Amino acid sequence: MQEGKFQPEQPGGRAAIQQQFAGSHLIGDVVSAEDLRLVEALRSSDENAFVSLIDRYHTSMLRLAMVFVPSQAVAEEVVQETWMGVLQGLDRFEGRSSLKTWIFRILTNRAKTRARREGRSIPFSSLPEFSIEIQEPAVESERFRGPDQQWPGHWVSFPRSWDEIPEERILSQETMIRIQEAIDTLPAGQRDVITLRDIEGCSSDEACTLLGVSEANQRVLLHRARSRVRRALERYFEEK
Amino acid sequence: MTNVNQNQLNCQEVVELVTDYLEQALLPEMRAQFEEHIEECPGCDAYLEQVQQTIMLLRKLTEQQLFPESKQELLEIFRNWKR
Repeated sequence: MQEGKFQPEQPGGRAAIQQQFAGSHLIGDVVSAEDLRLVEALRSSDENAFVSLIDRYHTSMLRLAMVFVPSQAVAEEVVQETWMGVLQGLDRFEGRSSLKTWIFRILTNRAKTRARREGRSIPFSSLPEFSIEIQEPAVESERFRGPDQQWPGHWVSFPRSWDEIPEERILSQETMIRIQEAIDTLPAGQRDVITLRDIEGCSSDEACTLLGVSEANQRVLLHRARSRVRRALERYFEEK
Repeated sequence: MTNVNQNQLNCQEVVELVTDYLEQALLPEMRAQFEEHIEECPGCDAYLEQVQQTIMLLRKLTEQQLFPESKQELLEIFRNWKR
């Protein structure tokens, strides 16, 4: 697995907003003082150190494992094996990468090995049936004026700004449930990409490497996935 | 790739370019056209903002813990793990 890099943003436009989405959050590449302290504590069997590691990474590890293996049950086994691998390998941790990078490398290696054994040797996203041939518009075509109308291809009525929706509603648990439901119904390739990119905060390089897809393909899958989740949210926010 | 004639994007084309725009994958000329459209079109401006808010909300899913019950099992493993 490739190590994450923070790439400088091009200036201009909405660079400031993009900045927060462009950096990699999944994998930090430098070992921190906090990492070294945690490793020391783990080596002396400090349970609190282990609990804090689980709280930090366990859910992300499960999400990542599910990209590779066919079921939640297998993903849980892989993550459990990974934690055992982490404990067994502590003495070999040399701090050349961050603790997180090291843990996630163990995880992806195990998940890939397991996927091969389960007969799922490549993530769904690289299978041809999920290729970019399947065209699906980001927004339903009825939302735009037809070719024989005035202003063809322009909005029939503008999407509403979500700024008027109370923040409690936007950030509610119900919203999170709707997003999760939308993700659960995505085709596997789209789900893999949006999981890595937007939920776990991988860079596009990392996502391409993990999934074995081209940059362009990855972007198309991401586009379809984000479009579908946005549509689900729009429907939800339009409900009274 | 979206097929664009002349140098005027319509809204239906703009929504298909949003991800390429956010991924900084548009060629400079196309990027300029995209930004010009967004400046002038309240609908596409709202749309772009919705996509950005969607991404922000997706990021919040990381805070949702999956399967908290497995934590107890892991603690057992840790306790049994003697160095």
